[in-house]
Amino acid sequence: MSLSIENVNRIAWLARLAIDADKVEAYAHDLSGILDFVARLEDVDTSAVKPMAHPLEQIQRLRPDLPTEPDQRQHFQRIAPRVEAGLYLVPKVIE
Amino acid sequence: MQWETVIGLEIHAQLATQSKIFSGAPTAYGAEPNTQACAIDLGLPGVLPVLNQEAVRMAVKLGLAIGAEVAPYSVFARKNYFYPDLPKGYQISQYDLPVVARGQLTIEVDGEEKVIGITRAHLEEDAGKSLHEDFHGATGIDLNRAGTPLLEIVSEPDLRSAREAVAYMKKLHALVRYLEICDGNMQEGSFRCDANVSVRPLGQAAFGTRAEIKNLNSFRFVERAINHEIERQIELLESGGQVVQETRLYDANKDETRSMRSKEEANDYRYFPDPDLLPLVIDPAFIETVRSQLPELPDQKRDRFKTRYGLSAYDAGVLTATRELADYYEAVVRAAAADPKLCANWVMGELSAALNKAGLEIDQSPVEAERLAGLIQRIADETISGKIAKQVFEALWESGESADAVIDRQGLRQITDTRAIEAIIDAIIAANPGQVEQYRAGKDKLFGFFVGQAMKATEGKANPAQLNELLKQKL
Repeated sequence: MSLSIENVNRIAWLARLAIDADKVEAYAHDLSGILDFVARLEDVDTSAVKPMAHPLEQIQRLRPDLPTEPDQRQHFQRIAPRVEAGLYLVPKVIE
Repeated sequence: MQWETVIGLEIHAQLATQSKIFSGAPTAYGAEPNTQACAIDLGLPGVLPVLNQEAVRMAVKLGLAIGAEVAPYSVFARKNYFYPDLPKGYQISQYDLPVVARGQLTIEVDGEEKVIGITRAHLEEDAGKSLHEDFHGATGIDLNRAGTPLLEIVSEPDLRSAREAVAYMKKLHALVRYLEICDGNMQEGSFRCDANVSVRPLGQAAFGTRAEIKNLNSFRFVERAINHEIERQIELLESGGQVVQETRLYDANKDETRSMRSKEEANDYRYFPDPDLLPLVIDPAFIETVRSQLPELPDQKRDRFKTRYGLSAYDAGVLTATRELADYYEAVVRAAAADPKLCANWVMGELSAALNKAGLEIDQSPVEAERLAGLIQRIADETISGKIAKQVFEALWESGESADAVIDRQGLRQITDTRAIEAIIDAIIAANPGQVEQYRAGKDKLFGFFVGQAMKATEGKANPAQLNELLKQKL
């Protein structure tokens, strides 16, 4: 399977990664190589295999419904770039 | 051209747990910003989510109540998108293996029943809130809501009008409140609705292109927004245009929907199983325990009200619309030990009207069930007439007094003493010889005049049936 330039640009955009335009072709080549490597799995008949949700053969442990976490806002907000009135401030997201 | 509307609803019900779905932070509404957002909710590195058992139990409850399959094995997946109120960059949700699948709900519109399919219900976490008011050009983020458990309930595209959509939504709203899995508070966003709306030429099998309307936080808005969207799409198609698949936001102030973003651009969520969470396995014994603890459901209650109290389908439907109203009604019937229909009339009539007028819910009623029952008892044993009862009701509403106290204090006891009524009638006949003559000459309409005079003389307290009887005899 080979990835197009458009595929690479779209993946970068979805992941919010800035990539150099002159490197896109090289990325497309390398990523396609990875996909080709994985594609070898398609030679195996998996029609009778249940999709794996997790590599561990265990099931989810459940937690009792109890509030156990104290308020640590001050502590957490010490590392935030900007806070005001208890809110985390971020660059404006709507026009 | 004749158009047919096709609607599917996605309803997000916030589950009424004490703590969040994957963390031990509390979920109480209205706390100071970010005081209920712990390291897990903030998506700090190195934390691990652990699933809340109560959220699972609530999902199972809903599944059983809508006759759905509760999945013995379901999986949590990451839904990836970027938004500042989603600090991890993904929402933990469920994708191809949801906890509940294939249920149904019966709605009633214009006296006709219709079964609406429910495709699935899955557990997921809520995002935080973005506050776009100006913080010096920045957006404020409150993550208290982040990680609150949600059950997203997705209907089949079985709804054919805005009214059906509202009926379905109301039915589901009543159900989650009966089940006590969601407080149903739409203003606080505990019960939210997105509607997928499309139109197609009547008779066409293929669906038209749909638009998704978000931000529908009241029954009234759902109806208005859907009707508006139907009109918009039909106008567009009839003028040769095409509907674009997109998300539209309903603006209640302008009563219109407007485009939010194109789905093609935004909708690539790249779901994959969340490696931080193991598969959720639900034991059949657990499902049976939950089943045995299910309360009486709205439809069952309505049927019981019809058979046990002899109420009409309409009355039973109104009285079981919410669990609180049904409980109130039953408390009145129990305390009054009087005709259930009379009790229904008072709860649905005078009381509901007064509550509406005051903008109160039934559980905020100033007149408790026991006091209303006391009033109904006095109507049933003919101590007071229905008309006087309305006057007593007003006094009950204003004060904490019992009906008996009001009746005694205001001297409202009905006059049932035949002699006393006869004496009043005699006096009226003596005072109005002209009218008596005309009546006896065949002017039947004047009967009302005599009733009026007698009621006036007794301040409305004469027993109406007795009065009529005695008047006829005397005249």
